[in-house]
Amino acid sequence: MTDAVLMEARDLRRHYAVGGGMFGKRGTVRAVDGVSFTLGAGDTLAIVGESGCGKSTLARMATLMEPPTEGELLIDGAPTANADAQERRKLRLSVQMVFQNPYGSLNPRKTVGAILEEPLIINKRGDHAARVAAVRAMMAKVGLREDQYGRYPHMFSGGQRQRIAIARALMLNPRVVVADEPVSALDVSIQAQVLNLLMDLQDEFRLAYLFISHDLSVVRHIAREVLVMYCGRPVEHGAKEAIFAQPRHPYTRVLLAATPSADRRARPVAEPVRGEPPSPLAPPPGCAFASRCPHATDRCTAERPELREVDGQRVACHHAEAIG
Amino acid sequence: MPLLEIRNLSVEFPTARGVFRAVDGLEMTLDAGEILGVVGESGSGKSVTMLAVMGLIPYPGRVRADVMRFDGTDLLGLSPRQRRSLVGKDIAMVFQEPMTSLNPCYTVGWQIGESLRAHNAVPKSAVRDRVIELFRQVGIPAPETRLRAFPHQLSGGMNQRVMIAMAISCNPRLLIADEPTTALDVTIQKQILDLLISLQRERGMALALITHDMGVVAETAHRVQVMYAGQMVEEQRTDALFAAPRHPYTAALLDALPERAVGHARLPTIPGTVPGIDDRPAGCLFNPRCRFTTERCVAEPPPLAGPAGARARCHYPLDAPVAVTA
Repeated sequence: MTDAVLMEARDLRRHYAVGGGMFGKRGTVRAVDGVSFTLGAGDTLAIVGESGCGKSTLARMATLMEPPTEGELLIDGAPTANADAQERRKLRLSVQMVFQNPYGSLNPRKTVGAILEEPLIINKRGDHAARVAAVRAMMAKVGLREDQYGRYPHMFSGGQRQRIAIARALMLNPRVVVADEPVSALDVSIQAQVLNLLMDLQDEFRLAYLFISHDLSVVRHIAREVLVMYCGRPVEHGAKEAIFAQPRHPYTRVLLAATPSADRRARPVAEPVRGEPPSPLAPPPGCAFASRCPHATDRCTAERPELREVDGQRVACHHAEAIG
Repeated sequence: MPLLEIRNLSVEFPTARGVFRAVDGLEMTLDAGEILGVVGESGSGKSVTMLAVMGLIPYPGRVRADVMRFDGTDLLGLSPRQRRSLVGKDIAMVFQEPMTSLNPCYTVGWQIGESLRAHNAVPKSAVRDRVIELFRQVGIPAPETRLRAFPHQLSGGMNQRVMIAMAISCNPRLLIADEPTTALDVTIQKQILDLLISLQRERGMALALITHDMGVVAETAHRVQVMYAGQMVEEQRTDALFAAPRHPYTAALLDALPERAVGHARLPTIPGTVPGIDDRPAGCLFNPRCRFTTERCVAEPPPLAGPAGARARCHYPLDAPVAVTA
């Protein structure tokens, strides 16, 4: 299915300076530290990890809301770093975002019609009649009724609001959609409706999804490729089937074992999980996961493992061969 | 005699648009040493039920029940003073969001000590030692220093441990946990669930676990009650419920789980949404969304029927309950 590469990230890094005020020391948080991926039309890459692992920072860089500190982001083969304001505007058209919380991401004082029309107005697309026609067509595509055009967000349920947010993201015909936890605020029955909608739209428009989630059962359903992050760094990256069938990194294994399942027998044997992620202000010198890892050795605390190829998967672990 | 017994509980709130019945005809029994999972989507009335047990329904909400007894004590007839001596001691609750449930102005050690002092559980001089012991039990490292921390200085997982320490401080016989892990990451969620189960086993507590996560219920509860729009629609032993749900709503919920999907196929969905305050249908509350609706479902609300422990609120339950192997 993959053909042209729509988005390519080369060793993206984003560091924040913190502190330096009246209290506390100056420091650097490496929110994202060396992430690379490629994304083609019709592909879904899932970014998986716990809170604070840098997945939302990655989303902000992918949507050009924030420039990377280091590394390069290419959209359609064109580098984004040195683009001037006009070029950036154009690049932004092809990458749109769906946010996590549909209760906070829609303007409560605008009607659905106005919310969906806004991106067209800003980008000076068509006259009023053409814009309204485009809005109505998009509403039908995402399963909103025509008589809901004049309603306000508070009149909708969470699932319908997420449909509005998805419709808004698609108004400018983007080629890449960055979805930051798009279904985690929704109930199970509604979550299924929205996941189906995302898959239908992907087939219809050959959209590429950068799908950010902490829920592995959702990722397993929707993704083609999975990138697991821990403390800002990628720890495992590969095809979905491979990662779920034979996770190589101890952290991926812990995540899989900790995810509750409705079918108890289907779950891998639980590996012990200890402790919590280290502070991003003072990451340990070696592997960030070493303090919680059941397989950690002296080498892990001393030397940071780099991402390397093991049987077609990319893993950042010194002991990947022994574990898989 | 069950530890907690509720029959025909209803909780109503008067609103500008008429009386809203948040919980309707609810039945619940819970034995000592048992884990009951209460599942349902948002707005199904699961939290309101538990707040009613705790006596925390605010005015002008109205709680009525044929029977609402804890260990033989009628919970509805209690004076405020009697209720205060029971709640927090014999019945305790862990709330959903540890970050907003703890008081940001006091240290966590002080807040745990507060319930010990209120119930005179230990002599005043022993409160500090008891708090340190509780911190150890819930797995908080370096308790002597963490005692003096404020909630904002601890992570979400640590704060949830503080909430649990507070709830178990007076050795409750019933612990109600309302979405205790929803705000937490999966690895921390696993730690907290394991902690709750081990505490429950050690102390022989009854545990009512409220959640919307089917996976959490499958892995922890002995028995499950499924709630929909304020009603209990099904109850079964956990393994039986997941193997052979009897109510069409339960079945549809399980089918909608992404983990049960085959390959890259579309997920089976439940059309429509949970009815709100204005649009509760006549008859069975699930009838507008159900695959098997008949005229009878629209006309006549189904009663809870079936063998004890495997009842369903449906005119046409999906199958006879399977033989239960413990």
